[in-house]
Amino acid sequence: MAQGIRRQALFIAAFGLVYALVVLFAHHSYYQLILTVVPIWAVMGLAWNILSGYSGFVSFGHAAFFGLGAYFVALAQIHWGLSPWIGIPCAGIVGGIAGLVVGIPTFRLRGHYFALAMLAYPLALLYVFEWLGYQELALPMQREAPLLYMQFADHRIYAWIALALLVGSMLLTAWVERSRFGMSLVAIKEDEAAAEAAGIRTVSWKLKAITLSGAMAGVAGGLYAVVLLVVTPPAVFGMLVSAQALIVAMFGGVGTVWGPVIGAVVLVPLSEILHAQLGDVIPGIQGVVYGIAIVAVILLAPEGVFWKVRDLLRKRSGEAPGSTAAAGADRSGSVMEIPARKPANQDEVVLEVANVSKAFGGLQAVRDVSLTVRRGEILGIIGPNGAGKTTLFNLLNGFIRPDQGRVLLGGKDVGGHAPYEICAAGVGRTFQVVRPFRRMTVFDNVVVGAYVGAASGEEARNVAKAAIKRAGLERDALRTAGELTNKQLRLLEIARALAGRPKILLLDETLAGLGGAEVEEVITLVRQLAAEGITIVIIEHTMQAMVRLVDRFVVLNEGALLAQGQPAEITRNEAVIDAYLGRKWRMANA
Amino acid sequence: MSAPQLVENFLQALTAGLLTGAIYGLMCVGLSVIFGVMRVINFAHGDFMMLGMYVAFYAFGTFALPSVFGASAGPYVAAVLAGPVIFIAGVLVHKFLVSRVTGIRGSALSAEGHYAQLILTLGIALILQNGGLYLFGSAPVSIPTPLASSAWELGPLHGEAVSVFINQGQTVAAIIAVAVVIAFVLFMARSSLGKSLRAAADNPEAATYMGIDVGRAHRLAFGLGVAVTAIGGGLLASGSSFQPYVGLEYVIVMYAGVVLGGLGSVSGAFFGGLTIGLVQQLSTLFLPNQLQNTAIFVVFLAIVLLRPQGLFGKALRRT
Repeated sequence: MAQGIRRQALFIAAFGLVYALVVLFAHHSYYQLILTVVPIWAVMGLAWNILSGYSGFVSFGHAAFFGLGAYFVALAQIHWGLSPWIGIPCAGIVGGIAGLVVGIPTFRLRGHYFALAMLAYPLALLYVFEWLGYQELALPMQREAPLLYMQFADHRIYAWIALALLVGSMLLTAWVERSRFGMSLVAIKEDEAAAEAAGIRTVSWKLKAITLSGAMAGVAGGLYAVVLLVVTPPAVFGMLVSAQALIVAMFGGVGTVWGPVIGAVVLVPLSEILHAQLGDVIPGIQGVVYGIAIVAVILLAPEGVFWKVRDLLRKRSGEAPGSTAAAGADRSGSVMEIPARKPANQDEVVLEVANVSKAFGGLQAVRDVSLTVRRGEILGIIGPNGAGKTTLFNLLNGFIRPDQGRVLLGGKDVGGHAPYEICAAGVGRTFQVVRPFRRMTVFDNVVVGAYVGAASGEEARNVAKAAIKRAGLERDALRTAGELTNKQLRLLEIARALAGRPKILLLDETLAGLGGAEVEEVITLVRQLAAEGITIVIIEHTMQAMVRLVDRFVVLNEGALLAQGQPAEITRNEAVIDAYLGRKWRMANA
Repeated sequence: MSAPQLVENFLQALTAGLLTGAIYGLMCVGLSVIFGVMRVINFAHGDFMMLGMYVAFYAFGTFALPSVFGASAGPYVAAVLAGPVIFIAGVLVHKFLVSRVTGIRGSALSAEGHYAQLILTLGIALILQNGGLYLFGSAPVSIPTPLASSAWELGPLHGEAVSVFINQGQTVAAIIAVAVVIAFVLFMARSSLGKSLRAAADNPEAATYMGIDVGRAHRLAFGLGVAVTAIGGGLLASGSSFQPYVGLEYVIVMYAGVVLGGLGSVSGAFFGGLTIGLVQQLSTLFLPNQLQNTAIFVVFLAIVLLRPQGLFGKALRRT
């Protein structure tokens, strides 16, 4: 892990060095300007990438942060005589605050709605700044103390400053990518609800991402103002600014440090040179060529240049996909066992559900259900389809809030708490239709689940290793979740839940779709977990398996509790046979 | 300002809002097929509208439209003519470009396919804008119509104090816009082709199982979407001047209208567009002109945040 970062940092340093040398030999002021603008747009692309690339919340509105940064630097210098040396870092703070302020209401939206709402912010600001009378703001020349005001006769210095900013942003991104921060964002992108159930504080990570992203964009905007010396609303708040951030990042490839940099290094000079060479001869042609270049690349490499090239290189060297990522997963010897909770007191109530009800519109999905779960037991929940079993799980893990009634976890009411809080309080769950983070490795999936109870990344990785071992997935640890079989996915979900060190495990149809031998394997695992003191609540239709597995049954029908008791009683209960088990069962077991 | 003056200003803004709103509504209906139903974010939509404006402009200028239909009716015939031309352009753009990153093929690309369509349509937008600059030049033009400068006077009402002027050109344009919307909504709702288009757009996979040629349906839906918006552009072209970058100004208005109307509802999009027109015009009563568009965005944000299902959409209920 640390080694990966060091290697990444080395590449970034090498890139910086080469770029600095290129700047050194650029004597024409026009090329110096291009060499300055490239890193600025690359930083802008990286800013966009932090939010949209990792968390998947696509923003069309990064111009808002860029423009605020630019105007802050310009206005602060004009009105307060503030030097850009201080102004640009402050522009970062302005951008960060703007990100937070925008994020708090806007993260209530998802997908297309989020993207479009983001579009509205810079455009609203654009007209506000025009109305305020800032149509064209020129930074005053400071002849007395030019260096103090970042005004250099040698324009290469601007390029070096921009480069320093870029290298800093790349290192920051590389760190984010490999930290708990980045992993949480990617988990959110893959499946936000599953991430939340695995203990990820999704809202807070998203707000951190948009704050950091806004800060980076603000700094880029601030430097842009200093370099161009003139700020106009369309130039900094316009749709093309947001589009440029998006274009360089997507062209190069999202979700990586290198994507936005590749995009900026290729596209920005291309458009500038086209503009200079062709713009005067045939107006508009440069835009057409630029547009064609973008369209062509996206048709050839829809996922961006970086990923395409990486895939091609891998194919050539015959390397298996996923084998370079997290290569340290099984190297370490210090595998920590998951601390077993001995069933100290079998009568201890871990979970108590009291008179819980939930309606969706006119449908009463769960009706006045009460039950208690004792430590170390395996409780089976059965009932016909639509009986409210999964809804009950969703109430227990916080996906939905009960209309009435209480959910007591270790005596504390957690009804209506957020899923990540309930996960932290000791409830792990799996899903009826598996919800892995498909493009992460098995190991990373489980690490995400481990963060909730881990103080450090190191501890999370160790807990994850133990959980993977427990579920018997060691050999598949480095495979991408998307490649797994159904059984492996079921085990992965159990491992991810185990990594959060739960007191209670909610298993939703974990045996569904498994073959005979596979069922036995999973049943054995569940039994062992229960023996180690983890309380299990399992929803399942396979009665043959359930009768052997569970200590006690709860039967739901039409949202209400129909019966509960030992397997032997339940399978003979007339009401249960009528509602669920059916006539065949009666004949077979008569 | 006296009370009758206030009433007059209000009625005047209301009229202007309804008339421009009707055309916005038509443009939004076009976008709603592509964005609301197919869920493709088409950044080039405003630029197809721009193309529609120029098609109307040249159709009116080059062909015998003015001599056949007269100077008054000619511009509107030209506007409607923009429809079929842009339909063909849209079908071709979809067939050769958009289809590669959307629909069933797009869903195979998962999240990255989603990104690909954004940047692809951004690229198309750049090509259309700058190609337009190359072909049509940067000087603003408009379609001259005598109706644009004549108005009906409503009133004087309320004892000579209040009278409202209704621009004849805008009124005719609004009536045509409403007619096209009604025809299009009926086509989508009633005809079997319309139904298969909606099915293919809404759930490509299920539509395939029902024997619908999804590729063809998506092409047609995309073409129809841009064509309907182009007619809206053509109608605007006789009232106001435009240049090749005009699409950018309207693309936000259109997305705002579609979201207001509720994604997936074609007729809702019309009312969304109408609302945008009203907000824009009524905001001039108490905001400086420059903040007209800010008013739109603020209303848009407020509604998206408070009622993400849209002003006219139904809340989704799991029943």
